[in-house]
Amino acid sequence: MARVSVDVMPKPEILDPQGQAVAGALPRLGFSGVREVRQGKRFELEVDDTVDDTVLHRIAATLLANPVIEDWRVTRLSDQP
Amino acid sequence: MDARIGVVTFPGTLDDVDAARAVRLAGAYAVSLWHADAELHEVDAVILPGGFSYGDYLRAGAIASFAPVMRSVREAAQRGMPVLGICNGFQILCEAGLLPGALTRNAHLRFLCRDVWLRVENVDTAWTGSYRAEQEILIPLKSGDGRYVADQHTLAELERERRVVFRYRDPAPNGSAHDIAGIASPNGRVVGLMPHPEHAIESATGPSTDGLGVISSVLTTLLAA
Repeated sequence: MARVSVDVMPKPEILDPQGQAVAGALPRLGFSGVREVRQGKRFELEVDDTVDDTVLHRIAATLLANPVIEDWRVTRLSDQP
Repeated sequence: MDARIGVVTFPGTLDDVDAARAVRLAGAYAVSLWHADAELHEVDAVILPGGFSYGDYLRAGAIASFAPVMRSVREAAQRGMPVLGICNGFQILCEAGLLPGALTRNAHLRFLCRDVWLRVENVDTAWTGSYRAEQEILIPLKSGDGRYVADQHTLAELERERRVVFRYRDPAPNGSAHDIAGIASPNGRVVGLMPHPEHAIESATGPSTDGLGVISSVLTTLLAA
C-alpha cells in the first residue's frame, strides 16, 4: 500500500479566473505582496503495490486531469499505510 | 419513414425534454437514450443535451464522457453518424476527444444566462445546412463553464479548416478564444456549441425560432444520405 498525491494545475497559459479572484480578494483582507494565485486541485490515492508510476500517470491523464488544459504531478507520500 | 434522433439523458441532464421537443417540432421522431445503456436503438443521429451531468464533478462533462452510451456514440460518430452536443453536451464531446479543446470557467466567473447573437460561419456541416452563410441567429446562452480554450495550433487548424461553426457576433461574454461558440469535427458530422438552439424553437418561449434550423439541417443531411 502507498499513499500518492496527484496535484492538478491549470497550464500556465490557461486563464485561471478562480485564482485571479482569490488574488484580488487578498489585498482587501489586508494581505499585501501576493503577486499571483493559481488554483488547482489535489487528489490523494491509496494504491496497491501493483500500481506503479506509469499507471498513476495514466490515471492522471485519463481521468484526474484534462491534458488539454491541465498539468499534473504525481508524488508518493509514503510507502507505509 | 421519419428520421430517428436520439437524445441522451445522463444523471443531471436538464435539457433532454426540450431537445426532444425540438426534434418533434422539426418533424422527426425523438428517441430517449439512457447513459447506462450502450444500445443506440437504431437512431440516425444523436443529441447530447445540456445540464450538469454528474453534478459537473471533477470537470464539466468528464464523468459522462466515460458512460456506456458514449462508447456507442463514439463508434457511431467514427462511422459518420451526426452528433450534436449542446452546452454540457459540447463539454462531453470535448472530454471524450470527439472535438478538440476544452471548456473552462467563464472569465469573470459569472454564470451567464442571456440571449446571444451568433454568426453561422460554416453552413456545410451536418447540423447547419439550413442556414444562410453568415446568417446571424439569436439563441439563449446559459452556462458557467463556457469559455472555449485550445492551444494555438488547434485554434489555427480550426480556423484554417473552417471548423468554427458558430461565433459570438459580439465579443464572447464568457471569454472564449476567437469568440468561438461552436465547432465541428473535420468531417463536419460532429458539432458542439455552448448556446442552446433547442430553447429557440417557438416564439412563445424563446427569443426566436432560429434554433430549429439545427434540427432541420440534420434532417436534410439524413435525407440526402
